[in-house]
Amino acid sequence: MKRYSLFSLVRNGINHHSNWDRVWRNPNPRPEYDVVIIGGGGHGLATAYYLAKEHKITKIAVLEKGYIGGGNTGRNTEIVRSNYLWDEAAQLYEFSLKLWQNLSSELNFNLMYSKKGVLNLGHSLQDMRDISRRVNANRLNGIDSELLSTEEVKGLVPIINTSPDTRYPILGASLQKRGGTARHDGVAWGFGRAADAFGVDIIQGCEVVGIRQEDGSAVGVDTTKGYIKAKKIGVAVAGHSTVLANMAGFRLPIETHPLQAWVTDPIKPVLDVVVMSNSVHAYVSQTDRGELLAGAGIDAYVGYGQRGSFSVLEHAASSIIELFPIFSRIRVVRQWGGIVDTTPDACPIIGKTPLKGLFLNCGWGTGGYKATPGSGWVFAYTIANDTPHNLNEPFSLERFITGKLIDEHGAAGVAH
Amino acid sequence: MLMIDCPWCGNRDESEFMYGGEGNIVRPQDPESISDDSWSDYLFMRKNTKGLYMEQWLHSYGCRRWFLAERETVSYEILNTHKIGEINPESKS
Repeated sequence: MKRYSLFSLVRNGINHHSNWDRVWRNPNPRPEYDVVIIGGGGHGLATAYYLAKEHKITKIAVLEKGYIGGGNTGRNTEIVRSNYLWDEAAQLYEFSLKLWQNLSSELNFNLMYSKKGVLNLGHSLQDMRDISRRVNANRLNGIDSELLSTEEVKGLVPIINTSPDTRYPILGASLQKRGGTARHDGVAWGFGRAADAFGVDIIQGCEVVGIRQEDGSAVGVDTTKGYIKAKKIGVAVAGHSTVLANMAGFRLPIETHPLQAWVTDPIKPVLDVVVMSNSVHAYVSQTDRGELLAGAGIDAYVGYGQRGSFSVLEHAASSIIELFPIFSRIRVVRQWGGIVDTTPDACPIIGKTPLKGLFLNCGWGTGGYKATPGSGWVFAYTIANDTPHNLNEPFSLERFITGKLIDEHGAAGVAH
Repeated sequence: MLMIDCPWCGNRDESEFMYGGEGNIVRPQDPESISDDSWSDYLFMRKNTKGLYMEQWLHSYGCRRWFLAERETVSYEILNTHKIGEINPESKS
């Protein structure tokens, strides 16, 4: 991997940018690997990267049925934060947020991580009680979190409508200053490029169609590019987790739902924090290009089509317009959807499965993007050591049998 | 926007309905006597089928009755709707 630097920029600029190296190789699959990761999104690529970097396992293939980062990694609203309520989730997301801090320089790829701050608005007395509880819980866990009054919200976001006469008046908010956004395509490309530099084979256009087993262990995968033997298999396929679990012969507590987002025409900078509201199911930020990037809640029904329904879009857009009346005549230029794997307790499943040699990382639901580096790190640890790390041990599949759920609906409900 | 054919009210807008998840899940007859595994299976595990899926809907802003729908989960096309109990839980997707 040739490092990106000011010198490489100047050198390639002189050559009219005609000599840049390919960012990653495009190899054909080898017949056998130590680890096969199914799913070339942020989580899968981060897993391959940390397997190579932290655990010195480099005979790895990442199999992606489309192109890398073409699924949920490239379809979210880029929000990064860690203000989760319960200890287990807070520690996992905070670990991830810490990894974000130096990720651009570590990967030598500009992820445009911007600590613009994340506001969670409260619109009722109960909202404010929940928010202050969460702020206190965060602070006890060493996570920066502040409680803001209506006036402080207005000071931070002058264009927001704080009139008490609205359908959802703003009574206050929580603010996580280290929260913000990071460029989602860059995350897939950065992890992909860095993993490739360690010798990881990123194989795009390669769909897994079956998982072979011998004596109760997973031994390889059948793909559209032929059979690939694997000592260990990691699954990080988000919305298609149940499809893969069916191949492996076990059931999952997962429902796949469409989740949508959209961007508007670009306008002058008016919004320099991420504004989220769980009650009205909407979240919005302004990108560096000036577009407003906004998202909605999930479609209620199970769906594998990567698109959202208009009623949900309308609901979220009308809420955002009420919060920001000046946005009412901006046009939406693109709308898209991803399919998210929701669990009953809104927390992920990261760990071993009933099938030996097969590891699962799924159930991130509507909020997996922010956890990309941390998720990859703990999943790599789990695969390499054949046992979960302390951070992801509570997030086992067994918790749905033992009943030790981690109810994060309040913190995970909307934010992506 | 889906148009959903309520077995009682006919074709209505998606926004009149609430989604009830996978249909035809039978509650264990004797919860006290079954294992934690079976209870977990009943409570949490879902088919979440990519393809034809049997699910339950509630016409909450209409007749307020539950019914079953067979829906394709990629195209979202609804093939059939049934009153509860019209079809055998064991026989369909």
